[in-house]
Amino acid sequence: MSDMTTNYGDDGYNFAYLDEQTKRMIRRTLLKALSIPGYQVPFGGREMPLASGWGTGGIQITASVLGPDDRLKVIDQGADDTTNAVSIRRFFQTVADIAVTESTEEATIIQTRHRVPEAPLTEGQILVYQVPEPEPLRKLIPRESETRKMHAYAEYGAMQVTLYEDIARFGRIAKTYDYPAMINGRFLISPSPIPKFDNPKMANNPGIQFWGAGREKRIYAVPPYTSVHNLDFDDHPFEVQTWQGCCSLCGSTVSYLDEVITDDKGSRMFVCSDTDFCNTRQAEAPAQTKVAGGQS
Amino acid sequence: MYVAVKGGEQAILNTHKLISETRRGDPAIAELTLTQISEQFGLAVDRVMAEGSVYDRQLAALALKQAQGDAMEAIFLLRAYRTTLPRIAMSEPIDTSRMTIRRRISATFKDLPGGQVLGPTYDYTHRLLDFALAADGIERVQAAPAAEPLDQLVPRVVDFLGNEGVIQDERDDGQDEVFDLTRQPMSFPAGRDQRLQNLARADEGFLLGLAYSTTRGYGYNHPFVGELRLGEVTVEIVPEELGFPIAVADVTVTECQMINSFRGSAEQPPQFTRGYGLTFGHNERKAMSMSLVDRAMRSRELGEDVRHPAQDEEFVLSHTDNVEANGLVTHYKLPHYVDFQAELQLVRQLQTEYEAARAAAQSKEAAE
Repeated sequence: MSDMTTNYGDDGYNFAYLDEQTKRMIRRTLLKALSIPGYQVPFGGREMPLASGWGTGGIQITASVLGPDDRLKVIDQGADDTTNAVSIRRFFQTVADIAVTESTEEATIIQTRHRVPEAPLTEGQILVYQVPEPEPLRKLIPRESETRKMHAYAEYGAMQVTLYEDIARFGRIAKTYDYPAMINGRFLISPSPIPKFDNPKMANNPGIQFWGAGREKRIYAVPPYTSVHNLDFDDHPFEVQTWQGCCSLCGSTVSYLDEVITDDKGSRMFVCSDTDFCNTRQAEAPAQTKVAGGQS
Repeated sequence: MYVAVKGGEQAILNTHKLISETRRGDPAIAELTLTQISEQFGLAVDRVMAEGSVYDRQLAALALKQAQGDAMEAIFLLRAYRTTLPRIAMSEPIDTSRMTIRRRISATFKDLPGGQVLGPTYDYTHRLLDFALAADGIERVQAAPAAEPLDQLVPRVVDFLGNEGVIQDERDDGQDEVFDLTRQPMSFPAGRDQRLQNLARADEGFLLGLAYSTTRGYGYNHPFVGELRLGEVTVEIVPEELGFPIAVADVTVTECQMINSFRGSAEQPPQFTRGYGLTFGHNERKAMSMSLVDRAMRSRELGEDVRHPAQDEEFVLSHTDNVEANGLVTHYKLPHYVDFQAELQLVRQLQTEYEAARAAAQSKEAAE
């Protein structure tokens, strides 16, 4: 790491930065979170060498579950090459000296912001979400003292009403990301700001899913093979985003696409936000002519 | 017998000597120069210039030196100095699309014409103390210049959305006179010019707290940084005798355009709306907070419920100015002997009456 102005590899930091007592405290929190799916477990969040809201919750979880033999993948907006992902991956390479990968399949732990990888997870894999706002009801009632009571009484009518108000006003549910989901039929969660496109991937997933909110000091989890119900109505069922075209690079029609502005006139193209998924597809079909899609 | 000291002139003179001594610290240590402060405490200088609303690095450095690094005291010094300056001219609006860009990021599009330019930022440093900085004479790393210079004209991200018609149109309202908070008293309802001016001079910490509250549920608007840019712009004035614009200065500014979704109202279609932030110098936290609070204060005009502090323009505008806030809060250090004496007398009297009433009630109870 000679290119870095700060060298902390040999400064006597503990493996994965956090001290063992802190990691033990967080692991207990993780076990409790797994035992009560969707329940926000408060934990003694620590100051991290990254701004709160930039993934410190996820980093604390990752640091606590990481072992020397793990292979870590870090994505932000689905991509391995975005600034925040690069920064966090570099952090763990230096403080834990572990193997990193960009492949969803090869990773044992995946830390993510904003996306669930397109490739399905398998048993034994851990998906760690960085989540800025763990409380799904906060936008309705800003006071923590109130929302905790609402969770205790499973009083989620207010959320259902806001969805209904959308329908009354726009003829559809207008929530596009952070779509509220009921876990194991009991607790409502804010599934991090992932697009609702990714919500179905949370359900009955063979992998372990953890959400860490560092600033708000809450952890919650969806254990493997757990039900996830996206709030909706019989006559307005939950549905996800679709695109007219396909990815300009790999031709995918099943992935979440990002819009890229290509010139001053505002021309656009669409590409997969999941870089590993896109690269894998491109590598698998080198002979296939690239399909230009989604141009407007 | 104790006699209260009158006047205190000597005491005041002595405190001046004391702060001079404390400010200097150990005389064996070399004294800071203004150039050192302006070069190496650049962000502190920028904050003082922005909130002191005087663009002058040397003066801001002087204020910081005099204030022992206390930003708010330095801002106060600069504002007080500002009062003494004549106003020579009003500049033309600066054109940030012609900015010489040092940093430009968008959180809304992965890539865009002009590209993402990270520039000098602490965002991707890990906040670990760099002990190497404690040592003298260590050679610091230097960034190599890019092979290609950046474009002269970097289009603004929100303009792309504007051309597509998905963001609320904003243009010059043709108003000749812009509200001038430094010459006119605050008035309500406040126009956007007055609000933005207030926010530009507002205390960074307070504004940050207010901005934070809007994102935590006290006035929810999900913000997207459409664009944050830092760089140098040319300031032009049109002297009456010339009739055409001439460049008078290059200033560093930070500009933030925040995009917020808006579900529409009876009068307006669903679209994005914006919050705007502009500050002197490199002040990203401030520019972002400003644009969040600017948007929150537009709640009323957009027909949204005004329920939370950041949406209440009277609340916000009356409390953002740290020179004013500092003045009132710290004035409590001044002698209040006279009014306190009055209060003390009253409390004693009320206590006596209270005790008497209680005793009377008790004896009545005992009698029954």
